[in-house]
Amino acid sequence: MRRHVLRSLVLGVLAPAAIASTAQAQGTLKIAMIEPLSGGAASAGILSQKHFGYFVDKINAAGGVNGQKIEVLFFDNKISPQESLIILKKVIDEGIRYVSQGVGSVVAHAITDAVLKHNERNPGKEVIYLNYAAVDPALTNEKCNFWHFRFDADADMKMEALTNYLAKAKGLKKVYLINQDYSFGKAVAVAARAMLTKKRPDIEIVGDELHPLQKVTDFSPYVAKIKASGADSVITGNWSNDMLLLIKPGKDAGLKVDWYTYYAGTLGSPTAIGRDGVGHVKQVTEWHKNALPEADPDQIAYEKRFTGKEDDFAYWRLKTMFEMLVETMKKAKSNDPVKVAKALEGMKYKTVLGDVEMRADNHQLLQPLFISTMSDKVKYDVERTGLGFVTNGKIEAKDTATPTTCKMDRPK
Amino acid sequence: MMDGRPSAAVSVPLAGVAARRGRRAWPWLLAAAGLCVLPLVPGLDSNFVRSLVSQMGIAAVFALSFNMLLGQTGLLSFGHAVYFGLGGYVAIHGMRLINAGLPIPIPLVPLFGAAGGLFFGVLIGSVTTKRAGTVFAMITLGLGELVVAASLMLTRFFGGEEGITANRTRAPHLFGLTFASQLEVYYLIAFWAFLSVALMSAFTRTPLGRMCNAVRDNPERAEFVGYNPQRVRLLAFAVSAMFAGVAGGLHAVNYEIVAAEALGAARSGAVLLMAFVGGIGSFFGPILGAMVITWLQVSLSDYTTAWQLYFGILFIIIVLFAPGGLAWLIALHLPLARARMLHTVLPGYLAALAPALVMVLGGSLLLEINYRLATKPELGTRMSLFWVAMDVSRPWPWIAGLAMLAGGFYAFRRSWALVAAGWHAASERMREDGAP
Amino acid sequence: MLELVIFSTLNGVVYGLLLFMLSSGLTLIFSMMGVLNFAHASMFMLGAYFSYQVGKLVGFWPALVLAPLLVGLIGAGVERYGLRHVHRHGHVPELLFTFGLAYLIEEIVVMGWGRNPIENRVPATLDFPLFTLFTTSYPAYKAFMMAVSIGMFVALYLVLKRTRIGLIIQAALTHPSTVAMLGHNVPQVFMRVFAAGTALAALAGVIGGFALLTTPNMAAALGPIVFVVVVIGGLGSLGGALIASLAIGIMQTFAVALDVSLLDLLRHAGVAIGRESALFELASIKIAQAAPMIPYVLLVLMLIVRPKGLLGTRET
Repeated sequence: MRRHVLRSLVLGVLAPAAIASTAQAQGTLKIAMIEPLSGGAASAGILSQKHFGYFVDKINAAGGVNGQKIEVLFFDNKISPQESLIILKKVIDEGIRYVSQGVGSVVAHAITDAVLKHNERNPGKEVIYLNYAAVDPALTNEKCNFWHFRFDADADMKMEALTNYLAKAKGLKKVYLINQDYSFGKAVAVAARAMLTKKRPDIEIVGDELHPLQKVTDFSPYVAKIKASGADSVITGNWSNDMLLLIKPGKDAGLKVDWYTYYAGTLGSPTAIGRDGVGHVKQVTEWHKNALPEADPDQIAYEKRFTGKEDDFAYWRLKTMFEMLVETMKKAKSNDPVKVAKALEGMKYKTVLGDVEMRADNHQLLQPLFISTMSDKVKYDVERTGLGFVTNGKIEAKDTATPTTCKMDRPK
Repeated sequence: MMDGRPSAAVSVPLAGVAARRGRRAWPWLLAAAGLCVLPLVPGLDSNFVRSLVSQMGIAAVFALSFNMLLGQTGLLSFGHAVYFGLGGYVAIHGMRLINAGLPIPIPLVPLFGAAGGLFFGVLIGSVTTKRAGTVFAMITLGLGELVVAASLMLTRFFGGEEGITANRTRAPHLFGLTFASQLEVYYLIAFWAFLSVALMSAFTRTPLGRMCNAVRDNPERAEFVGYNPQRVRLLAFAVSAMFAGVAGGLHAVNYEIVAAEALGAARSGAVLLMAFVGGIGSFFGPILGAMVITWLQVSLSDYTTAWQLYFGILFIIIVLFAPGGLAWLIALHLPLARARMLHTVLPGYLAALAPALVMVLGGSLLLEINYRLATKPELGTRMSLFWVAMDVSRPWPWIAGLAMLAGGFYAFRRSWALVAAGWHAASERMREDGAP
Repeated sequence: MLELVIFSTLNGVVYGLLLFMLSSGLTLIFSMMGVLNFAHASMFMLGAYFSYQVGKLVGFWPALVLAPLLVGLIGAGVERYGLRHVHRHGHVPELLFTFGLAYLIEEIVVMGWGRNPIENRVPATLDFPLFTLFTTSYPAYKAFMMAVSIGMFVALYLVLKRTRIGLIIQAALTHPSTVAMLGHNVPQVFMRVFAAGTALAALAGVIGGFALLTTPNMAAALGPIVFVVVVIGGLGSLGGALIASLAIGIMQTFAVALDVSLLDLLRHAGVAIGRESALFELASIKIAQAAPMIPYVLLVLMLIVRPKGLLGTRET
């Protein structure tokens, strides 16, 4: 184990304490999860870590796949593309052929590009990249490649779903767009404008704001501006602090708008938004805890295993991803990445929420999407706040598809 | 009080020594030979190690270029990554041109970086270097923030947050080098890093390099001798930015992607840490710092999610107890080694080592328990640390940790007398022998 | 329009005053000791977390006093057992010490309260709209923030102008070496000023914590801006810091309302920049879009034109 030689050189004193065991049992199918596990973005990475742990244990308890148990190795990339690329080298050195990542489109771009180059340069040692959360549309359009598979709806698809819902919504007259000033935020703004003008020409877009990413500490000025514009709805792709900081000044100033968001339900947000959001904060997601009348067995089992205040089952798409992966491997009768990739392309699968399909032309999963609103009258709440989300509308998988510019080279 | 020369205090005594010693050729030859065989040594011949060492080489060039400002010219910059990043962007755009058919082989790409660094160094430096001291530091802080913000807004040149990618294999292949393997890239980086270090070392001995020291130590006097301190600062700044650009260019070749991260505040902070931990008073200190910090950054997180905490503690300990950095610690022992007297201080060190280990073990035991309970309560109270299983809901692990920490500290303080005695004996003997 | 102007002014003033509370302590520390204290904003963050924790035990009002005192004690300890030792090595090690400290404090906060925002709510007694003008309501806690910061400015002013220690501090601000020569116990004055400065930052944290978001990265978010205020205001000048804070607060707030870009201005002047031009992208950035960057632009301009800062008495 070269890496162990290195490690003992680094720090003879400190014992491996926290990261999951690197014991390399022969014959396991290894998946490398590359996510931030320390630093500011760690909570997102740790959340995924728990979900990975849960699903892999579930698969192994059922006997693994094709006679192999699955083992996930967690690597901390500190949300840095550069560190992710060093880790990717390490992962490939160790013969791991499945890589998964989702937190941060920047990192996703770096990984998908590096995986493509590695696979071109090292035939026979191909690596698959399973993306479950990085939603920059470019990843399945101009930057797409055969080895990248995305299990989350991209920013455009979510907007497609949202505007499909808004197309039928009543009482909407003036919409304000506020987004972060970088590729993702701009993509949201552009998509919102284009799709709204097409589907609801009667709606007036009264503002199209871009603000620097994670730099604003006080959103009151923006709220005053939204208020002055007379908007009745706001669409925002903002995440983390940029989203949380918007809601409160809005309530303080007596701003009465509906917030259509991408990320109001992510870890920590319901706690931070609190009751200010009831009835007005909406999100577009592939699932939420009240999407089905009764809790899903995985939701129950997961929350039995992880019992912290913020340990909600959150990644439905990881459930879909692992189920589809196992199904594909069984169908291909092999755990070889190339065969699996070929079988995964165009794969159709049934879930309790509806039919899903891995698009063959750009490797984007089509899955049903939900528009839901924060409410204090829910069966299943999140983060023990007494708050949760209730469904306003469901958009079927086929209605979320957007045109793609993807042109990929396929292996022979 | 703020004297306008923030760095002078630490750097003066060692700078001259390093310059004198740097003249011998054998350390250079040895280093070159070492760089050649390193990636082939069994156990170190994986792509991961090659890529780690490549990263170290890039960091070393960057840290040296930073120290050209801080250690040599007395200019503290909070935004040095700007030139690393901008150099990197110019280099990656150069690589894209090459991909599109420009007939330049990949090994010359770092020159794009150098040109980019130099260009922006002159452009921005002509404004910033009008001042020295704290004012300079604050301007670089502000400019750093502005450039980062601009990099996200101006997507045509910066490609937004996901950056710009290129392909190093789609280029004219000189001598059959395709740069598809990390080994070839490693040699490319090793070559440029070695060359840059040699050039920067030579720079310290040029008249301009000496004038930098003069401007750092006493700008008024430098002015009296007929040198315009502003001009000297600008020249040093431009040269430093150029080498930062070389590092950025190497980064572009190594990762084939340059993203906003490359010019951000985190990297500007990291290079400051590298230079300081290594020692800003010595020429080679920053190289040492770059290697150690890069290694820790990549490897420490394999062991513990609390790595940032250890990092912070280690850093504070160095600032408090060894402000001259690692190079200073080494320089302290060099005269002893030369006089063959290391054995007189060794027993003291050994005696101090045991309690120090106990102390560190106890401390990290407490930290790990705390961190685990705070950040991962779902894993329960049973954990295994240092190959010992324990249940942290019971008081014993805490008591053990505290006892080890306190006991180790007490014994360490006591053993320090032995170290001091050893040093005393050594210096006595050296004085008798008439050694320097 | 009038509504937007009135509330933008109010918002700008509140934000500016919050910045002032943060930067007044740093101005004192920076001017007297020459320490670029990178951990200052961390103390602000500690203030927010401590008030949340203490507030849970004894209620908000006692926490308003207790949390700054606790943080002030920590500040005294930092100066006495850390900074004082590093001081003799020069300013760079001092600065790096605070740098490392900021790092440590963030990790310790993570260890204590986790990485996600905590539920630091406005106390019920302050959680109501104070008045409603046109259609916009103004929350009472913002008025409270204003009152506290103005009260703090007055108190600070009185201490500096009317007490003995204030005299010494004032003297030390402008002529640090002379004060030491006059036989004052400068290290002790330093320690007290450092403790007081951090306590002020913590006070800002207590009332800023519920207006902003209490997370482990709130220090990193505000840190650079505070430096900007101190430098623009000028070394050794509380008045300068106040003016700089308010100016930055108000400018930033109003800039958000300006949907104008350089492109539009040039078009008015009859100059057109083509879409293909290299400058197009730069010129098409709206002022509103760049609003949060305004402090940094100001900083750079100020340092180039007038390195002393607005009301500063000496350059560095």
